[in-house]
Amino acid sequence: MTDLSTSETKPETIPMHMTSGSAIIESSELGKGKTVRTPDKENRPVRVKARDVSVFYGPKQALFDVSIDIPAKAVTAFIGPSGCGKSTFLRCLNRMNDTIEGCRVTGQIELDGSDIHDRDLDVVELRARVGMVFQKPNPFPKSIFENVAYGPKIHGLARSKSELEGIVESSLRRASLWEEVKDRLHEPGTGLSGGQQQRLCIARAIAVSPEVILMDEPCSALDPIATAKIEELIDELKQNFTIVIVTHSMQQAARVSQRTAFFHLGNLVEEGPTDTIFTSPKEKRTQDYITGRFG
Amino acid sequence: MNSLITAAVLLALLGLAYQLGWSKSRRLETAGAKLHSRPSYHGYLTVVWALAPALVILLFWLLFSDRITQSYILSLLPPDVAALTGADLFSAIRRVRDIASGFGVAGETQPWENAAGQSLREFNALTFAIVTAAAAGAGALAMLWARSRIAPRFRARNEFEGVVRVLLIACSGVAILTTAGIIASLLAESIRFFSFISPIDFFFGTSWSPGFSTTGNEAHGEYGMIPLVWGTLMIAAIAMLVSLPIGLMTAVYLSQYAAPRLRDTVKPVIEILAGIPTIVYGFFALVTVGPFFSNVGALIGLDIRATSAFTAGVVMGIMIIPFISSLSDDILRQVPRAMRDGSLGLGATKSETIRQVILPAALPGIVGAFLLAVSRAIGETMIVVLAAGNSPYLRFNPFEPVSTVTVTIVKQLTGDTDFASPQSLVAFALGLTLFVMTLILNVVALQIVRRYREQYE
Repeated sequence: MTDLSTSETKPETIPMHMTSGSAIIESSELGKGKTVRTPDKENRPVRVKARDVSVFYGPKQALFDVSIDIPAKAVTAFIGPSGCGKSTFLRCLNRMNDTIEGCRVTGQIELDGSDIHDRDLDVVELRARVGMVFQKPNPFPKSIFENVAYGPKIHGLARSKSELEGIVESSLRRASLWEEVKDRLHEPGTGLSGGQQQRLCIARAIAVSPEVILMDEPCSALDPIATAKIEELIDELKQNFTIVIVTHSMQQAARVSQRTAFFHLGNLVEEGPTDTIFTSPKEKRTQDYITGRFG
Repeated sequence: MNSLITAAVLLALLGLAYQLGWSKSRRLETAGAKLHSRPSYHGYLTVVWALAPALVILLFWLLFSDRITQSYILSLLPPDVAALTGADLFSAIRRVRDIASGFGVAGETQPWENAAGQSLREFNALTFAIVTAAAAGAGALAMLWARSRIAPRFRARNEFEGVVRVLLIACSGVAILTTAGIIASLLAESIRFFSFISPIDFFFGTSWSPGFSTTGNEAHGEYGMIPLVWGTLMIAAIAMLVSLPIGLMTAVYLSQYAAPRLRDTVKPVIEILAGIPTIVYGFFALVTVGPFFSNVGALIGLDIRATSAFTAGVVMGIMIIPFISSLSDDILRQVPRAMRDGSLGLGATKSETIRQVILPAALPGIVGAFLLAVSRAIGETMIVVLAAGNSPYLRFNPFEPVSTVTVTIVKQLTGDTDFASPQSLVAFALGLTLFVMTLILNVVALQIVRRYREQYE
């Protein structure tokens, strides 16, 4: 991500939050305005590669043969109506589905070329490399400091107290929360506002230096101003992290992502550069969804 | 029989009342009026009005019938018998009652007794008829009045909701009044006890030897409750040392590791432990566990008595395991899934997640469960009666027999008791002490549990 492109998107993204009601058309116009930049042209390396991934909850199949490449250091958005399997697929990427009783995943998922279901790759290690931010902010019932220090502590990332403090500070800074909480690091994390809590959760994920950050509708429980802050943050974070975001809001997908994948009824319908998906989708179902005809 | 007839009359009255209220409002409705309340509410309200006066009359009869009958019997007795006092008068009245009810009496009956019994029987039949008629009549009048009130804009629904509210308040009032009554009686008797023994000697005395009431009230003996409280606390502590780790680990396993099917089987099985009568635990402790500890002690050169604080504590701990495990399991499962996912999503292992996130989040609830279990341990009686050795001396070695507050209450109130002597009255003072101890624990526990609930809902 170059400075040039960030400055291109920003003046347009900010007024977008204010006019969220009629934003579907605007977002496609936004797409038209910046057709020059596509991830394919920038030729980013593939970080996560999924082939024929299917998920079953007991006898019910929730996801059908999804294959997708997720590029490094960019934001990939998964959109689609509720129950379309986008969150299910997201949770496959760090094997969070393992924690659900009766859930079975088939197919192949590679992180930097190695199979995440491989026996040599420990799931703990995988989740340290693929962090996750959840729909509802879920800070632990601990202090703000302890929340961020939790990951580095369990993975032994800091050798001394001052090093740990350094990690906590830089994580909070990168989550643009430091200025707001630096004077009350030892107060409980649950006392923050919803938006601050979600940024705390992002800081917590960043603190273990993952390669990929998965975000499952990170703004759905937040008000528009907190949402704007998180979106800004996502835009900055993509310089260092590969971000996959599930969102219900097409405007959000258009604002923050470089690539978009549209899921419907457990299938990956279409996937490509965000601009293309929003301006000239190949599939009729995608077209219908982004213009609000169903969903 | 009498009460059966009363109940039948009431029931018929109620069915009729509902029908009356319902049909009148229904007629209004079909006539085109727009009713404020549905016909069923008019029906219910008529029932309430029919029931209320009848119940009030019956309640008064219940309260005063005994006294009325008593004075009637007194008037039947010959003057020389009526002049008797105390137990003699009581037994004379008793005999008349038993003749009247057909229960029969021992020995020969006097002619006046038979006559009095006969009159009493007639008197009873008459008063019963009067009371039933009065109740039915008052009910019927009130019912008709209630029916006459039915009009389209009459707010039967609101009035009926008000009645429901009063009913609910009355029900909760029963529990509160009972508690208040128990406290009052405990307090009154304790105050009587403290007129014999100074509270300072009782609360801070370290020697317990109350003597026997038959040896006369002059030799009061010593009533220092410290040895008893110490024994209680020591046994409760041993019980908690046994039950807390085992119960908590069980809860962690059930809530976090066990497959749902296994959990659904194991949890009820563990809860069966809580259903075993404590007296069974008691003789289990006395017959099996105590001798076993004693043998083990002999093997390793420790002098462990078969009946000791240790035996009672361990068995009580086993009894309490299901309390801790069941309550903690529920509490652990209330910790939001998001919390668990958040930790697992950061790459924490299952046990790290449990130790560092789930247990701290559930801690207030677990403390609450712990305190409830402690109050249960303190109030427990049967195990201690059988297994603790009943030896009210201040001892600090858990392998020696002790006595507890509850055991001492049992001991002071069994056999011949004279409720004018401190030997018996001390039971109330001990009961009050125990009550205050468990009350404080319960209040603290409930407070903690409540605060925890608020956090996640």
